[in-house]
Amino acid sequence: MTDITSFDAAEDRATTNSIPRNPPQRALHLHRELGRVWANDKGFWGQITAVSHTTLGLRFMATAFVFFAIGGILSMLIRAQLATHQGAFLDTEIYNQIFTMHGSIMMFLFAIPMLEGLAIWLLPKMLGTRDMAFPRLTSLGYWCYLFGGLIMLTALLFGVAPRDGWFMYTPLASAVHSPGINADVWLLGVTFVEISAIAAAVEITVTILRQRAPGMKLTEMPLFAWYMLGTSAMMLVGFPPLIAGSVLLELERAFGWPFFDPTRGGDPLLWQHLFWLFGHPEVYIIFLPAAGVMSMIIPVMCRTKILGYGAIVAAVLGLVFLSFGLWVHHMFTVGIPHMALAFFSAASVLVAVPTAVQVFAWIGTMWKGQPQLHLPMYHILGFFLTFVMGGLTGVMLAIVPFNWQAHDTAFVTAHLHYVLIGGFVFPMMAAVTYWMPLITGRRRIKGLGETAFWVIVVGFHGTFFIMHLTGLMGMPRRIDIYPDNPEWVWLNLTSSIFSFVLTIGFAMFALDLLLQIFLGKRESRDPWEAPTLDWAMPLPSPNYNYASLPTLRDLDKPARDVILPLARGEGALPGAPRGRREFLVTRAINAEPDHVAILPGNTALPLVLSASIGVFVLLMLASLYLLAAFALLPVAALIWVWVRAMAPSGDLRPIEIAPGTSLPVHHHARQSLAQSGLNALLVADGTLFASLIFGLAFLSVVTQGPAAPPAGAHTMASLVALGVIGVVMMIAAWIATGVGRGTAQLGVVLNIVALVVLTWLALTQMDDPTVHARDALRAAVAGYVALHVIVAAGMAAFVADQYRRGEITAQIHGGYPGWRKWQSFTTATTLIAIAILLAQVFA
Amino acid sequence: MRGASAFIAFALLAGCDTGLSTLAPAGPVAADIAWLWWVMLAGATLITVLMVVLLVVAFGRPKDTGSRVWTHGMGLWFSLTVLTALLAAGLWVGERIQPRDDDAVVVRAHAFQWGWEFSHEAADGTAVESNDLLHIPVGVPVDVLITSEDVIHSFWVPRLAGKMDAIPGRTNRTRIQADEAGEYDGLCAEFCGLNHAGMRFSVQAHANWPPDLNEAEQ
Repeated sequence: MTDITSFDAAEDRATTNSIPRNPPQRALHLHRELGRVWANDKGFWGQITAVSHTTLGLRFMATAFVFFAIGGILSMLIRAQLATHQGAFLDTEIYNQIFTMHGSIMMFLFAIPMLEGLAIWLLPKMLGTRDMAFPRLTSLGYWCYLFGGLIMLTALLFGVAPRDGWFMYTPLASAVHSPGINADVWLLGVTFVEISAIAAAVEITVTILRQRAPGMKLTEMPLFAWYMLGTSAMMLVGFPPLIAGSVLLELERAFGWPFFDPTRGGDPLLWQHLFWLFGHPEVYIIFLPAAGVMSMIIPVMCRTKILGYGAIVAAVLGLVFLSFGLWVHHMFTVGIPHMALAFFSAASVLVAVPTAVQVFAWIGTMWKGQPQLHLPMYHILGFFLTFVMGGLTGVMLAIVPFNWQAHDTAFVTAHLHYVLIGGFVFPMMAAVTYWMPLITGRRRIKGLGETAFWVIVVGFHGTFFIMHLTGLMGMPRRIDIYPDNPEWVWLNLTSSIFSFVLTIGFAMFALDLLLQIFLGKRESRDPWEAPTLDWAMPLPSPNYNYASLPTLRDLDKPARDVILPLARGEGALPGAPRGRREFLVTRAINAEPDHVAILPGNTALPLVLSASIGVFVLLMLASLYLLAAFALLPVAALIWVWVRAMAPSGDLRPIEIAPGTSLPVHHHARQSLAQSGLNALLVADGTLFASLIFGLAFLSVVTQGPAAPPAGAHTMASLVALGVIGVVMMIAAWIATGVGRGTAQLGVVLNIVALVVLTWLALTQMDDPTVHARDALRAAVAGYVALHVIVAAGMAAFVADQYRRGEITAQIHGGYPGWRKWQSFTTATTLIAIAILLAQVFA
Repeated sequence: MRGASAFIAFALLAGCDTGLSTLAPAGPVAADIAWLWWVMLAGATLITVLMVVLLVVAFGRPKDTGSRVWTHGMGLWFSLTVLTALLAAGLWVGERIQPRDDDAVVVRAHAFQWGWEFSHEAADGTAVESNDLLHIPVGVPVDVLITSEDVIHSFWVPRLAGKMDAIPGRTNRTRIQADEAGEYDGLCAEFCGLNHAGMRFSVQAHANWPPDLNEAEQ
């Protein structure tokens, strides 16, 4: 108890902080003023136009919960099928679709959106700000998620859902062996959904780095923020290989570019590498937010502070690093030499160390404090029991010889459910039960939640514990019948029976939430007596979060001590006197106040933009490729409108955030949120490029397929053309470092010149990409470069247009820094691509 | 954890003489891996019990133990020690059961949707082909060269050794060995489409090598 209330150190620092208190105002007046500015529009239309992180975060989580239920129903069908050895229930085609969709839904439509939703909903509250960095992007991400998910579900209803397993191994998923649109539904649908993952990763990174309350140093922020920073970094680097792989496989299926076809120089293992380069970090992308929740809730439940803050941060960073070095442990049986496997085995074993550091830090925290058995604590104990066992079987699977036996058996099915349900679903249930009062403002009805927990624990372990044995007895994954193996019947029947118990448990959990929402009594503020800012607000949380923003003196204090001062407007930037949405932006490391960001309000633009992307996806699915290309025009136009909406207008004078302390608005800022966002996006983009280059290198060095036909592109003309492109792009990057209307116009011209030359090169000189995988990958790299040159031309045109409108001045740079950055990136990737091509040609 | 002892009992009961059980090894390769499994199971059980005890004790009075005991002592050193030992054991077993250049008998397995074509050398050096039935000698290591016609499959005879994928465009090699003559069940372990569940095969281990198959059929 004493730990929570002794904050003398923080008080000392607060006195030296430069942001003075604002004079108190009437809380109700502030509430109304902010409510008018920050509230969603009324009614159904209000749901369309909402960009609020609270609304969208909850909607992400609610939608994810619905997909969890759908994925759960599919798993019931699987278990019903496997309950007997003849399995006279589903035919094999439908069964294959069901297990593929079960995995895909749980991964891409439940787990990832769930953690995105939690982060989007919680981070601004926890960091002391009013919204995410890019509210319209939050909304765009949601609609892309919803539409992508609906495309996949619709396919399931019509019996054309993906059927090649959730990791879509080629050649099984290639056009020859998987005709029809089933695999395309997966590739296009999942990639559509991943727009939301990249969007969320960019937003989360920027929000954590730039929107922490003034004085909340990186090294002192709540651990959940550290975990989410690690997660978003992993998403920025982890998702691009999957996106690259999906685009390549779709190109192969649609146009016959043989990236993965061994008869034409491709390699099925390239798909596996790209997939698991995503797929293994994915496991930690899912685990880290859950672990972040544990690190927040355990100390509160135990009335103490977290033990080993620094060690936990180090463990998170270690996990982020290590998780990119062990994807090959999904590929121990593909024939890689044993000594190479040993390296990945060691990395896979090593990743258990930072995990162990966290688990022991949590247990140490429980020893240090006085654990109280509230409902979230039940789920935390469920986490410990389940996740530890899943982690132990994970270590077993990292041991190469054992993996050769257990791989692709029910043992792995058991292991991954222990890890995912133990390491994600239990912590999420702890999170939901913990933050429910903040969501609903209501108290739960006692008893049902505890019962649900016990039913879930019994159902879960009853289903999956025995499945380890089923796997060791030789039962492989993804079979629908086992007529010759009566010895597996009792194992499977037991799993099937308990799986229904598990489902009943989850249904009870959902019922408990519904009862709390509709029948719960009013909860009083700060019900857990927590020391974090997320509870320093009224219940349920208002759309604007804080009537005035917390500063250093409000940190590390019991939430209840800062609720009132903040509500009365004594923090920074009180109310909404200018009638627009504003929050503070701080510097990345030390959280010094930097400027005030002015945010866009409610708008249907994200819905329209994602719908137009949806049209493109549907046209691709229908194989109407020419029409699909034209469908990108409205997408480009809408992006232009999107950026125009943020052009400087209205009152751009500095804003007094506290007596005597004024900050510029973001148009005058040296490093705006948009620029930070672009940095994050370029990390993902650079990884995408690296994935393509990895593919090129892999096919050249590792693949032993038929040699490429002699290339026809060594002509003098093509060398000159490559030289022209390189020089033109270097000039473009160089002039973009200057300023002025003329340079922007010149930038447009230079990019168009480069594009024209590149198009000529592709049409007349490049080898047919359908003949050999090497040429197909070169064409893909050329396509990547062309796309970036087009965007660079568009950005230069946007800047030229801003000059024409007189929006860019000596103080306001508008789109200039963004174009400059993009142009440099495009030039760099173009030059690298040219260098690699030349090296391959002359080697 | 609560089922750990029951688990072992079930495993012993169910593992006896069943066609596909990794826990009923019938050759040195599978036996080595089965050993590794039992050791790991024992260790995992101990660690799980330790965790439960630590959690139960946490519900007593607050205890001031110092944070480094947990983060460094338990988190770092305890886990590193256990994991290093385990990794070394895994590498040792892995190296022991590798195919090596020791003039082992070589047979071929070619997978397709959905079945297996096997071949071995007859006494006169000609290749003898057989569908869904692989012939091997007893008591000596046999290297299987594994290829695929169409999609990825996986060659797995649980009682003899771990699995190895059959990948189009590649030839993979794995080592199996049977201690006694007889028939062993095998299956395709990598999902390969509609008839994946039916892609079974047998391995016949012969005391006389090369076998006289006409005699065997009578």
